[in-house]
Amino acid sequence: MFKRLRLAAVAGLFAATAAPAFSQGTLRIGMTAADIPQTTGQPDQGFEGYRFAGYTIYDALVNWDLSKADVLADIKPGLATEWSAVEGGDGKRWIFKLRQGVKFQDGTDFDADVVVWNLEKILNDKSPQFDPKQAAQSRQRVPTLVGWKAIDKYTVELTTRIANALFPYDMSYILYSSPTQWEKLGKDWVKVALQPIGTGPFKVDRVVPRERMELSRFDGYWDKARVPKLDKILLFPMPEAATRTAALLAGQVDWIEVPAPDAIPRLKQGGMSIVTNKYPHNWAYQPSMVEGSPWTDIRVRKAANLAIDRAGLTKLLGGLMIESKGVVYPGHPWFGTPSFDIKYDPAAAKKLLAEAGYSATKKPKIKIAISTSGSGQMLPLPMNEYVQENLNAVGFDATFEVMEWNALVTFSFQPVTGDASTKAGTNGINISRATVDPYSAFMRLYHSDFVPPRGANWGILKDPKLDALINTAHSSFDRAAQTKALADVHTYIVDQAYWVYIAHDLNPRAMSPKVKGFVQAQSWFQDFTPITMQ
Amino acid sequence: MLLYALRRLIYLVPVAFGVSLLVFALVHLAPGDPISAIVPPDAPKEVVDKLKEYYGFDKPLPVQYGRWLLVTLSGDFGTSIGTGRPVAQEVGSAFGNTIILAIAACLVAFSLAIVLGTAAAYAKSRVVDRLVTSIALVGVSVPHFWLAIVLVIIFSVELGWLPPMGLGPENATGWRLDWPHIRHMILPTIALSVIPLGVMTRTVRSTIKEILSMEFVTALQAKGMNDRQILFHVLKNAAPVCLAVMGLQAGNLIGGSILIETVFAWPGTGFLLNSAIFRRDLPILQGTTLVLAFFFMMLNLTVDVIQTFVDPRIKRG
Repeated sequence: MFKRLRLAAVAGLFAATAAPAFSQGTLRIGMTAADIPQTTGQPDQGFEGYRFAGYTIYDALVNWDLSKADVLADIKPGLATEWSAVEGGDGKRWIFKLRQGVKFQDGTDFDADVVVWNLEKILNDKSPQFDPKQAAQSRQRVPTLVGWKAIDKYTVELTTRIANALFPYDMSYILYSSPTQWEKLGKDWVKVALQPIGTGPFKVDRVVPRERMELSRFDGYWDKARVPKLDKILLFPMPEAATRTAALLAGQVDWIEVPAPDAIPRLKQGGMSIVTNKYPHNWAYQPSMVEGSPWTDIRVRKAANLAIDRAGLTKLLGGLMIESKGVVYPGHPWFGTPSFDIKYDPAAAKKLLAEAGYSATKKPKIKIAISTSGSGQMLPLPMNEYVQENLNAVGFDATFEVMEWNALVTFSFQPVTGDASTKAGTNGINISRATVDPYSAFMRLYHSDFVPPRGANWGILKDPKLDALINTAHSSFDRAAQTKALADVHTYIVDQAYWVYIAHDLNPRAMSPKVKGFVQAQSWFQDFTPITMQ
Repeated sequence: MLLYALRRLIYLVPVAFGVSLLVFALVHLAPGDPISAIVPPDAPKEVVDKLKEYYGFDKPLPVQYGRWLLVTLSGDFGTSIGTGRPVAQEVGSAFGNTIILAIAACLVAFSLAIVLGTAAAYAKSRVVDRLVTSIALVGVSVPHFWLAIVLVIIFSVELGWLPPMGLGPENATGWRLDWPHIRHMILPTIALSVIPLGVMTRTVRSTIKEILSMEFVTALQAKGMNDRQILFHVLKNAAPVCLAVMGLQAGNLIGGSILIETVFAWPGTGFLLNSAIFRRDLPILQGTTLVLAFFFMMLNLTVDVIQTFVDPRIKRG
């Protein structure tokens, strides 16, 4: 009798604690974000926001082709079928032909008026639909866009401040939300955030702040080849890496972003697959190029680049990085043919420092502003300590100004000559950079016109030759010539060793063997539409 | 009694004012710009300036404090710069989730502590006393976030018995008193209750031991009372001290669960604070901290009032 009762109790316990059954087509993802990214159209929380609350719910005029793992993700037609600079229009006027027959998830037609309405939403603060939060996330993505008008129902004309051949890249960041939904919800963006409507492959079923966002397949999606195979995607904010790892191993989610490197063996042991791929990310030291800085001497910059044992650093990170050889990695279309080979050669580094007049009693003093954590920063403390040892081993006197991530971001809003850096005595900064498009890879970081607050040329690098090369790339309307010009820019930057290039992240994510069909693109963004759950 | 409670309530006004000033000052003393956390690093200056103006961060700090105090007094608390939602709404829903967890942890910690502490105080055997003292020592010494991770590894990852994160099943909204939701509470409750269990067990044990050595206990024994009747008197005398410590511990549970809530992705005030710190969402930080501080003050007041019921000498003092 008691034996039977015991058995029944054990069976009951198992029944009660067994994980609930989930739909075969539901993918559950643990994000690194601590809250659901902004859902109104222009996501916050960096490119993780774009990945989960951007290109899932919305489209841009120019989308990203995320279907291949072996080549760099490039732009492709999205809500616009074609675009071109107006011939004889000094390169400042662009015509975008819109895709016909596209409908928002609420049935609203997508047309030229919608494009104008959405651009006013972020660029015209006098318009009733202007949303400062969306403007804050998107204005810097279209720094040259100054004019927009509908030519006809499916044609828009966009005007840029200067000739900008790379303008289509900029337009890939502007996403289009439904004006009807905004009207329907009392013209209140806070309400729209809970019930957003886009044209994207997934529609939002529910947003529970700080808990989850539920997306489901939009059967009426215009790109029939990209109608999602999944029924649903559930997104959970999980800022703590240990929580994400446990949730995946316990079967509460099927996919986690950025597993901690030391959790990788345990995840593999638990049958999870670790998916990585190179992507446009750059972890480097951006030096001060103002008078008096040791970095103004090319021999010092080259010595620093040759002092770093990147293979050792890769080992430290459990293999989750690529050894950097420039702004972009070898094999990237813009890599070019630099003659300076960035590698580990401490003897050459010491020789260069000696040639520059430095010795054991007169070391080049470098002080880098670093963060304790942060988006894209990988593992900043152990990585920086490792690099510090390498640098000091060849004769540098390297120290750090350590600060919290947001403090470092604020710190970077002023150039090296600003109060913050002057007070801290720093002559370098370590902020990882997304190098997705030519503007974000080169113009904003290396062009002399883009010193903060206008751009992110923090070290005040002023090189007329480099400016001219970047300008050439931005005024090359022929695609092949544009790629060649960008490769010339990169070749020159590496040969001048303008930064200390250290690592490229590998964008790791861990997933259950149930997740099938995912292709990890060489991009910050990913396509969830081909995924199925086994 | 009513007069006493009213007097204490009036004393709270200057304290509350001081707390609001302290909260505001501490939040603004932290490095970093609130707008920088919500815009990309290379956002144009005019956009950043416009947002500063929009949220009032362009005004001098005393003006910002005055404006914040006014909206707070009206019960509004302002708007989150991270989400655009009203702070009162954000804090309200998170606070409810935290209270649920705190109450569960209080029930577990306090009931176990009373039993263990009393048993140790009464124990004739040194083994029992040492065992309980060791449990208490472990409770106050083990970092609770570390214990939380260990619990997750054992019960979620290895055994697969309990879910490692979240408020409840993925298809449910909000918290409900049912088994699927309780399963999600078990691990965070255990992790959260460890410190108060340790502190309270030590308090109960030492207080009861002290009372047991008092002359009135000998007098009660001489009067012929049995052990159960004497225990009632002992507990009654131990209550004021234990209540005071319980009040403090309950306050700590509500305000100090930031790490536990982050580890378990429990959407309470700790999780909200964590998110607000990373986003430099000052209105949320101020609102949450202020609400927690007020709750702590009210809890202390309640404990003080209850103490006067239990021990009228406190009122006379």
